[in-house]
Amino acid sequence: MSALQESSALVQVRDLKVHFPIRKGIMRRQVGAVRAVDGVSFDIFKGETLGLVGESGCGKSTTGLAILRLIDMTSGQVVFEDQDISTLPESQLRAMRRRMMMIFQDPYSSLNPRMTVNSIIIEPLNVFKIGEPRERAARVQELMSLVGLNPAFANRYPHEFSGGQRQRIGIARALATNPSFIVGDEPISALDVSIQAQVVNLLSDLKQQLNLTYLFIGHDLSMVRYISNRVAVMYLGRVVELSNRDAIFDHPLHPYTRSLLSAVPIANPKRERARQRIILQGDVPSPAKPPSGCRFHPRCPFATQECSAIDPEMRNLAPADTAPHWVACHHAEKFV
Amino acid sequence: MSQLLQIKNLKVTFRSDGALIRAVNGISYSVDEGESIAIVGESGSGKSVGVMALMGLIPNPPGKIESGEVFFKGRDLLKASSAELRAIRGKEIAMVFQDPMTSLNPVLPVGLQLTEAIQAHMGLDKDQARERAIKMLALTGLPNPEQRIKDFPFQFSGGQRQRIMIAMALVCTPDLLIADEPTTALDVTIQAQIVELMRELQSELGMAIIWISHNLGLVAGVVTRVIVMYSGFIVEQAPVDDLYERPLHPYTLGLLHAVPHVDVNSQNRLASIEGMPPDLRKPISGCPFAPRCPYRIEKCAELPPLFDAGDGRQSACWRWQELQTATTFGETL
Repeated sequence: MSALQESSALVQVRDLKVHFPIRKGIMRRQVGAVRAVDGVSFDIFKGETLGLVGESGCGKSTTGLAILRLIDMTSGQVVFEDQDISTLPESQLRAMRRRMMMIFQDPYSSLNPRMTVNSIIIEPLNVFKIGEPRERAARVQELMSLVGLNPAFANRYPHEFSGGQRQRIGIARALATNPSFIVGDEPISALDVSIQAQVVNLLSDLKQQLNLTYLFIGHDLSMVRYISNRVAVMYLGRVVELSNRDAIFDHPLHPYTRSLLSAVPIANPKRERARQRIILQGDVPSPAKPPSGCRFHPRCPFATQECSAIDPEMRNLAPADTAPHWVACHHAEKFV
Repeated sequence: MSQLLQIKNLKVTFRSDGALIRAVNGISYSVDEGESIAIVGESGSGKSVGVMALMGLIPNPPGKIESGEVFFKGRDLLKASSAELRAIRGKEIAMVFQDPMTSLNPVLPVGLQLTEAIQAHMGLDKDQARERAIKMLALTGLPNPEQRIKDFPFQFSGGQRQRIMIAMALVCTPDLLIADEPTTALDVTIQAQIVELMRELQSELGMAIIWISHNLGLVAGVVTRVIVMYSGFIVEQAPVDDLYERPLHPYTLGLLHAVPHVDVNSQNRLASIEGMPPDLRKPISGCPFAPRCPYRIEKCAELPPLFDAGDGRQSACWRWQELQTATTFGETL
């Protein structure tokens, strides 16, 4: 997919695969593999937010972890700031790590309960030896004000904060080393609705202020639409559709995207009742035994014989001179 | 339609580390036969505690029902003996819980868990009970129920487990089904399947449903009436269309503005509700939402009653009339 390449890409992911071995018997022989991520390619441009959506088990979180090399990839390539980090040895990778950070889903389990807020936020500064020790303390105060926490609370413990405030601590920790790229793995889904909006607004303010690039992994599609510039839809370890936010949400071309969007409830009873729902049959198949051909064909209302035999290629179906609209479906022309 | 359930001035407290937590502060509402209502609120709003109390499922201690009456078909459930309650629970009032994995017994086949209730409540023998269980599972759309009835919970997917929970709840054809966030643990496509299923089953079996949810979007299409709770108080109650069109409480208004819509392209900044819910350990004086409310006035230091706003609407806001008459609501106030 050479057409995907653009000069302004901060992160380039090429044919990324993460397979987890299944072992059996006393010899622990490998009898198969869970293909959590099975050939994913996309770019993340400087200054954009790429939304990554899909159902649980589709591999979206694994993709995020593999891009940051927090888990080992089986094959493929990840280029970050023009450097191939997929094969970089750990010693050289360390220098890159401070440029790419992660915000986790659960603000309750991702903060050490026995560390104060100060020691949580200062830890990356100590690890990467950024600044003099005195400057680091001042940096913590600055980061706390940046994310909307009272710096006077630096000596408190995580349990003294609410869920939304804890997520702010996690964001401050991620920002400590001045990264250019942040992966947010469902960073708001554990929060109450009235708190979610606060954190989302904070994330977009910080993006403006600090020139950040986000990979926003989420399953709440309305929030993904709100926060993203482009959106990639994953199904069973593959990206099935990728385009500009509005193209994905207003003119989805993949049958899976169409059913996924039609399943999202809308907080408006009249529009909600008037909607056409596409309700999918069955569950997501096991990624250890993905279906033949197009992986979505057993649940797809438009599946033909071709779909069960031939794995569809990613194709750009956008008209010339417009932003590309990538889709992996034999019958996507139906919806153009 | 006649009244099925009536709750009057229910108050529930919990004791924790010497502090008194006021979980539910005198709520009153009713449900008609065959009606479908929603109770919406964030965590800690008391939405689940309120219905647990009517099922007699509040652990005591630490929980305590301080006052109130719960009439179900004319009987006060809070005065019923535990034997009487046992006869009602599962038979006349049934419940579907949030997490189908933890609410099914992992070491018993699902068939056994289904037939247990049938045998206890309907006086059928083993074979008849099995037949009924299979029929109910088929009704919820579980493929191959004759075979799968012997399987254990871990052999099912999340969506299938929730179907089993629904079958279990409906197996004695209850008059009232309480669905406590039944789809929260599920993916959005499976969530749509389950919501659709519950809608179909309701029109087929005719039971009343109380949906408990934190998601205003989810309940918009499935209920006729919505109750909004905040820190143990009912702050608003209205027919579904009116509530979304013109909320009469600033909290409801804030919730509606805080969520983006998947079918609308919005570049506007999300209107967040600043601050956070009050600490339930501290006694609340005045309107519980006042500290976060952009429309706060001096009067709000006094606890507002639940005003009757006509057309089946209620609001616990001193300024509800202004919200009702404002031309572009939420902005002119």
